[in-house]
Amino acid sequence: MAEILVAMSGGVDSSVAAALLVDQGHDVVGVTLKLWGGESDSGCCSVSDVEDARRVAQQLDIDHHVFNFGDEFDEFVVDPYVAAHQDGLTPNPCVECNRHIKFDKLFRRADALGFDLVATGHHAQVAEIDDGDEKVFRIRRGADAKKDQSYVLHMLDQSQLRRLMLPVGSITKERVRELAIELDLRTADKPDSQDVCFIHSKGGREAFLGDRIPLKPAKLVDTSGSQVGSVSSVELVTIGQRRGLNLGGDAGRRYVVDIDRQKGEVTVGERSELLTSDLLVTGVEWSNGAAPGAVTVQCSAHGSTRKAVVSLPQSEKSSKQDQTVLVTWAQPQPKVAVGQSVVFYDGEDVLGGGIAAQKEPAV
Amino acid sequence: MVHYLDNAATTAMRDVAVEAMMPLLQTSYGNPSGAHRMARQANRVVDESREVLASVTGFKPGELVFTSGGTEADNTVIKGACSAAEGSAICSAVEHHAILDPVLAVGGATIGVDSSGQVDVAELESLLKAINDDPDRSAPAVVSVMAANNETGVIQPLEKVAELVRTYSPDTILHCDAVQAICWLDLASITATFDSISLSAHKFGGPKGVGLVAMRSNKTIAPLLLGGSQERSRRGGTHNVAGIAAMAAAANATVAERDDAIPNVAKLRDRLSDGILDTVEGVTETGVTGRDRSHKIANISHFCFEQIESEALLFLLEKHDIMASAASSCASGAAEPSHVLTAMGYDRLLAFGSLRLSLGYSSTNEDVDAVLACLPAAVERLRERG
Repeated sequence: MAEILVAMSGGVDSSVAAALLVDQGHDVVGVTLKLWGGESDSGCCSVSDVEDARRVAQQLDIDHHVFNFGDEFDEFVVDPYVAAHQDGLTPNPCVECNRHIKFDKLFRRADALGFDLVATGHHAQVAEIDDGDEKVFRIRRGADAKKDQSYVLHMLDQSQLRRLMLPVGSITKERVRELAIELDLRTADKPDSQDVCFIHSKGGREAFLGDRIPLKPAKLVDTSGSQVGSVSSVELVTIGQRRGLNLGGDAGRRYVVDIDRQKGEVTVGERSELLTSDLLVTGVEWSNGAAPGAVTVQCSAHGSTRKAVVSLPQSEKSSKQDQTVLVTWAQPQPKVAVGQSVVFYDGEDVLGGGIAAQKEPAV
Repeated sequence: MVHYLDNAATTAMRDVAVEAMMPLLQTSYGNPSGAHRMARQANRVVDESREVLASVTGFKPGELVFTSGGTEADNTVIKGACSAAEGSAICSAVEHHAILDPVLAVGGATIGVDSSGQVDVAELESLLKAINDDPDRSAPAVVSVMAANNETGVIQPLEKVAELVRTYSPDTILHCDAVQAICWLDLASITATFDSISLSAHKFGGPKGVGLVAMRSNKTIAPLLLGGSQERSRRGGTHNVAGIAAMAAAANATVAERDDAIPNVAKLRDRLSDGILDTVEGVTETGVTGRDRSHKIANISHFCFEQIESEALLFLLEKHDIMASAASSCASGAAEPSHVLTAMGYDRLLAFGSLRLSLGYSSTNEDVDAVLACLPAAVERLRERG
């Protein structure tokens, strides 16, 4: 029996996560985070989501609170997201929200308020591995491979993992919905959240960023330098992008292989021109110390995994956090957009991860 | 045992109010607008209640209009005055949202406050004078200043406000949101020079969902709700008879006890506030200099804590069965920095660390002891770990 603070977004996963913990006899309190004060698909402050979470908490007969982390969300998620786009990067705001809001600010708040553990509705598992003298915790892929969210939890270390519960990570999404229906929770048939929570689906990324930074047009050129088209906002173009380039039907499959914001030029090419033998990753955080060597690597939320070897810089053989490492692919792989999260796995378990960086000659 | 220190948010109903209400729910439940005996019984209840409340507020019975509460009462005055006179509105920057939002909605102006939370009368005077001196600008339809602030308990200089409005803008409706004041100030005397006031029953031991506007008979405003000839067509809709009767009973009891309650509650409040100042570092008693609380109503103890987020502090207080509150909440229920503290010049971070402990006539020394026993440790814990 533990005192557990459950982060309830108002979605079905965290609703069922709370329900499972209540069923296990824990002392559970629900909390919904007010993160975004601007316009969003569920209204200012996501009022309807808060109402859903509150009603589920009432149905489960647990207390429910709302914490206002709006300032931190602006500072650590929204502002960096905008700045990253301005710098031509492809950020992952969900990862930053987890890193700074859910698993830092909320964890500290839970500790200050006397909770033993924090739970969320992520589809991933906290695995306990007996490593001789001490227990080691790892994020393991969720039981439902299609819904696995281990990628966005890669930054968690031992101090966080030992205080984390992911109650729905061991069941499928289908089972989550079945349980929600059995319990008559009003979130049972709520659609999964899509895309970036603070961006309104009507205007999309372009309207959101356009309100905050100047968006500049750019020429589309092929690898020989001939202009083949144009884009209205270079800030929205991503390495590896194929859709939305309006290159015409007979142009064959072409991908963004390079972006030069200064020149206002986006180079497109064949898939083979996108391939590279290695990848530089910065800001690496390991779940239990540096684990270089053979790994599998995932470079987007629901992307495939690729085999590679991670090597540490000569000067940094220690297990210090925030490292820069070199990923050498087993087979040449498409370039990864700078700013994306790159996560290292050992089988089903997360070893750590960081941010794809601009390749520089010496590591 | 629960320590209820949120009486500025709402109060427990007084026994006399519950007793007044009950027979009107299932026995004498007639509609006062009807033509039969049961209707006449209900009408008598409304008329008698109106007389009681007229006496408490210093208005004539015919000048009272019953509403669904304070928010409707305030909206009625602001929107009704602007609509009838085709003029704009002015209010203090620390008004309750029930005033502030309709004033802003009609394009009105706000007047700042000083660091003690009192309205800047010089700013009010210069605005009124500027409007008066400009032949192209029409006089404001309504000027609204609250009697006592709902967050900080600061009493506004109503006499001075009235003097300025009468001097520069004699036809303007002068309104006072007196929702927080009735328990702690002699309403009839402080608002004697005002044209209208608003009250809400649940702030003084009555039920939620009933309130009133009192407005001098020489002033007219457009009604907010059309739909019936009740309240002389000033507010359509069937009377909340039970609520009105309970409001009158609660007002009577409140006024009868007021002279005793004020010093008793002020003593508790001072012990509470002094105790917090004596035991917690990095805290500001809002709008108070040197522990002089003479410009505040008796029941509110309000603080801003450095390096504290009030939602976390409230959580820890609740663990000790202390029911308190912080600033205002947005639609989601999340704490927001209060516009009152912002107007008083508190920075955003400090405003996030606000705490309001509001006592009532039945508050006890045990309530004060409970807060003083756990608050210093709670603040320390949050500063260490938050």
